Amino acid sequence: MKRWFKYIRPYLLSFILGPLGMITEVIGEMFMPLVLAAIINEGEAGTLTRSSSIGYAAILAGIVLLMMAGGVAGAYFGSKASVNFAADLRCDVYSKIQGYSFANIDKFSTSSLVTRMTNDVTQVQNFVNMLLRMALRSPGMLIGGIIMAVALKPSLSVVLAVTMPIMIIVILVLIRISFPRFGIMQKKIDKLNSTVRENVTNVRVVKSFVREDFEINKFEEDNRDLKESGMNAVKVMIWMGPVMTVFMYATVIAVIWFGHGIVLDGGMQIGDLSAFVAYTMQILSSLMMVTMLLMTSSRALASGRRICEVLDEKIDIEDHLAKEREKRVEKGEIEFKNVSFRYYKNSEEAVLENIDLKIKAGSTVGIIGSTGCGKTTLISMIPRLYDTDEGEVLVDGVNVKDYSLTNLRDGIGIVLQKNLLFSGSIADNLRWGDMNASDDDMASAARSSCADKFVSSFADGYDTELEKGGLNLSGGQKQRLCIARALLKKPKILILDDSTSAVDTATEAQIREAFRNDLPDCTKIIIAQRISSVKDADEIIVMNDGKITGIGTHDELLDNNTEYTEIYYSQMDKKEA
Amino acid sequence: MARSLEELRKQYNSVSHGTSLRGGGPGRGPGPRGKGKPKEMGKTVKRLLSYVGKYKFRLLLVLLCMLLTTLSSLFGGYLLVPIINRITLAINPAAPLEPSAMAKLADKVIGAFADSALMDALTGNTVATVTVYVIAALIILGTVYLISALGSYIQARLMLSISQNSIQSIRNDLFQKLQTLPVRYFDSHPTGEIMSRFTNDVDNIDVMLNNSLTSIVSGVISLVGTFIFMLTTNVWLTVVTIVFIPILIFAVGVIAKNSSKYYGAQQAALGAVNGYIEETVSGQKVVKVFNHEDECVEEFHLINEDLRQKQEKAQFWGGVTGPIMHNISLISYAVTLGVGGILIVTTGFTPGELTAFANYSKQFSMPISQLSMQFSALFAALAGAERVFKVIDETPEEPDPRDASEEKIEGHVIMKDVTFGYVQEKTVLKNISLYAKPGQKIAFVGSTGAGKTTVTNLLNRFYDIESGEITIDGKPLKSYKREFLRENIAMVLQDTHLFTGTVMENIRYGRLDATDDEVIAAAKTASAHSFIMRLKDGYNTVLEGDGANLSQGQRQLLNIARAALSKAPILVLDEATSSVDTRTERHIEHGMDRLMKNRTTFVIAHRLSTVRNANAIMVLEKGEIIERGDHDDLLAMKGRYYELYTGMKELD
Repeated sequence: MKRWFKYIRPYLLSFILGPLGMITEVIGEMFMPLVLAAIINEGEAGTLTRSSSIGYAAILAGIVLLMMAGGVAGAYFGSKASVNFAADLRCDVYSKIQGYSFANIDKFSTSSLVTRMTNDVTQVQNFVNMLLRMALRSPGMLIGGIIMAVALKPSLSVVLAVTMPIMIIVILVLIRISFPRFGIMQKKIDKLNSTVRENVTNVRVVKSFVREDFEINKFEEDNRDLKESGMNAVKVMIWMGPVMTVFMYATVIAVIWFGHGIVLDGGMQIGDLSAFVAYTMQILSSLMMVTMLLMTSSRALASGRRICEVLDEKIDIEDHLAKEREKRVEKGEIEFKNVSFRYYKNSEEAVLENIDLKIKAGSTVGIIGSTGCGKTTLISMIPRLYDTDEGEVLVDGVNVKDYSLTNLRDGIGIVLQKNLLFSGSIADNLRWGDMNASDDDMASAARSSCADKFVSSFADGYDTELEKGGLNLSGGQKQRLCIARALLKKPKILILDDSTSAVDTATEAQIREAFRNDLPDCTKIIIAQRISSVKDADEIIVMNDGKITGIGTHDELLDNNTEYTEIYYSQMDKKEA
Repeated sequence: MARSLEELRKQYNSVSHGTSLRGGGPGRGPGPRGKGKPKEMGKTVKRLLSYVGKYKFRLLLVLLCMLLTTLSSLFGGYLLVPIINRITLAINPAAPLEPSAMAKLADKVIGAFADSALMDALTGNTVATVTVYVIAALIILGTVYLISALGSYIQARLMLSISQNSIQSIRNDLFQKLQTLPVRYFDSHPTGEIMSRFTNDVDNIDVMLNNSLTSIVSGVISLVGTFIFMLTTNVWLTVVTIVFIPILIFAVGVIAKNSSKYYGAQQAALGAVNGYIEETVSGQKVVKVFNHEDECVEEFHLINEDLRQKQEKAQFWGGVTGPIMHNISLISYAVTLGVGGILIVTTGFTPGELTAFANYSKQFSMPISQLSMQFSALFAALAGAERVFKVIDETPEEPDPRDASEEKIEGHVIMKDVTFGYVQEKTVLKNISLYAKPGQKIAFVGSTGAGKTTVTNLLNRFYDIESGEITIDGKPLKSYKREFLRENIAMVLQDTHLFTGTVMENIRYGRLDATDDEVIAAAKTASAHSFIMRLKDGYNTVLEGDGANLSQGQRQLLNIARAALSKAPILVLDEATSSVDTRTERHIEHGMDRLMKNRTTFVIAHRLSTVRNANAIMVLEKGEIIERGDHDDLLAMKGRYYELYTGMKELD
């Protein structure tokens, strides 16, 4: 609760005035039956006059105008409060996520983070909105109705004391029965949708194997399932209306029955009896609304919890303990000292095991090995994307934990395996590397990554807008832009994680050549599948199962490393044959 | 570096995600609901009726129940009048009461019942007449409401089964149609769009059949009924109520106009924010390695601020609808009471009738605002139905000729001067001619977009050619039954897609009557057996979400296994092993050789090493075959193939 108050405080006035407006409406509504009762009482007693009628109507109209003002004010402040609440919350969650380390991101998965920021925040916003504008209304009507009824005739209120609990129980039972059924229905809907989605994306498979009838049968079965589970769920809920009607009027009948006796005995005026009937209806229908509100709030609470998880997540990589905050990466020398790492602390096998490694400044290092052997994990340790479990990683002789994160990462250019471009122009994307890059800087980086030519061939050149994530580029083109983006950082260490896989061998050779000429002082680490990508490196590291099984030049490894030799022949002998 | 709001809005707006906010628009008030008004309403309604019309008898019953329910609840309200009048008279016999016709009628009915032998028996003549009267009235009241409740239950239950059955048939029809549509249709309609026929559009129809339709009908009935009851109670007061209707409608109009304007702006801003979140959070790791967090926060602030402003307005206008409408109707109520009071003083209008009328006047405004809400839902549903029917009306794949052949295919394929384009203006293939004898292996090499996949798509008639001729075993393609043709061509497609289900089921897709042993043998051929055995439940492992838990290479192996199971004489491999790593690719080479043996095979590959041993290699460029021959011929030619093979040129 304390957490949420942070988002309430700046708009406290709205948070108070909103419900206040609503309460004005409720109180007004509370008095309306009283006016009606007064007219009827006077009419029945024969004391009603024209002017008193007009007077009553005027009072009533006055109340209604107040109510309308209250309603409008309630809507104004209520929406102001909920909108601002959500906007601030969204901002905080977004900022929090920006601080996440890779491990934090992995824990949630990016898609789940996206849903939490969009869907869940919206859920909570809707809930706050409802809370301010509706929730107070129904309980207000409920409590107000009860107060008025008791004030009118306490003895008659006993009827309500009997029917209300029974009604609540019946509603709860209906909800209890139907809720799980709605859950089942939702699952069937998901299943049906996924069948359709699969069929649409797989249309060529379906057609080429002539499985149309098979698919239709499958769909019809799912569809029948869905219908049945839907009927099962709704079947229960449709009892709600009639049951409520019965309860409502059973209560009314009881009130009239007991009430008429009181009236006949002179214990109550007839107008009060009709007012009492009106309150009875109001109480019972608000009661139903309150139950419904509780039901919907459970969903919002779940969303709230999911948002809290994001906000409460402990960020595991921080730099406030860094000892050399001012230090920047200058040479690009790297050393791994007995490094071990596992993604899940309780998993048996380590992803990296006792790695010892020294990389000289300015050298080119290739890393090769089968999928899942720990290549990517190894290089992730350098810019501190993950922290080692044991041992330490040194850059220029200083533990990476002693750099400020900004300085460390500024010095390291890395092209991730799953490379991403963002909406915006090509220039916008390249400037991620250096926001003050001139056109010449960009062109020269693009030249080094062999991207200049195809970019220039576009009508708008560097101003070409990329469709979402660069849909209008080929895989190889995207990879080359990602490399250019990293080059613009003018890094001391450049890491390419399988980032030329879609580039043809000839172009790749040109890029390697450019690296040699343009980045002589930069330490270059290249993870690759193809032997040809790393063949000319100063050193090649062969990895298997989280361990380094060999380090050396191409020729040395061909001599003494069976794994390297195996990979080499799987790629080479066909060409020679 | 941070972009301006304008740029951000432009760039992210198209990436809308449709998380709609309640309270700001649809469903509340007659705001802006569906995009696209239904164009041919009459026709659409008629077609919808044809689905619902199957249940004529039930529909009639529903209508009867609705009438019964609405009228009985109206009448129930009326029964209060004579009770109150009678009690009033009992206390003050001189009260100036002059009940209306309806009240007199109700009074008579109750009176008759009170005097009946049944009541005599019940009360045993021991209680006062007033009490007997009240008991009689309450019994009638109870019965009436019981009928009303029963009626509303039966109506809801019947309507539920009608709507669910109709929706089921609509879905079935839609899906069946989808299965007969040509591939071309799926090219021009994105998956999301087709999906929204099944989700949004059908849902809207569902809501309409389940809620809107009954609400509208019962709304109209109760409007008319209330009106009649009001008229019979008092003409003057009815006039007062009616005067307020135009005011109400005017208010609705003003609010709707504003709320739709701001609602649109809100949705656009929300789309931008969600699009921005989606993109940057998905790319969070890239953001991190570029130290780009602060810029992101800055840009996010900008669009979030924009959303905040738009939302405040939209939510306000959405929220203000309820109170204003409600209170306008309450003013009418106040005036009614005032005039009613005067009528009591001047005419013989009774307090009891005023109570009843006051209730009616409250009830009267309810259906009006409800109806205006339901109508927007109705229009949304009709627009959805129109889109659904449009799909159902699409032209399916051309039917087979009557004498279509199903003669055994050997696999002798000839293409002669084939020219083809997906769209009229753009030719993708120009004058393609080739032949393949049974058991031969033909390879296609070329850049993306050169037309390799298109060639194979023509073979199994995903698309029909415009000029030229394709024959199999000497007979033109079109003379074969389409299904038969496709059954005889096994394809491993470029995009590897799997179905939700077990690994076994996925492979069996290749031939439904294959035994488990045959499936396993096929998996072994494709070198998929060993990784399958390492999965959690082996062949019974359930693949979900298009096999998300498998690597791209593993999925390709499953696809190959699927084709291996088929006994088709013609085989098409479209980049079948592009994601399989080089060591594994060598493993499956044997299996592939076995697979291709005795089959006419068409191979498309990016990696030239995979096509080297083909009988003939076609080098395609811009839709034309520029070089052909076997590997050695082509190398000797020192042309394009040579350049590609030696890595001098790149394939895009």
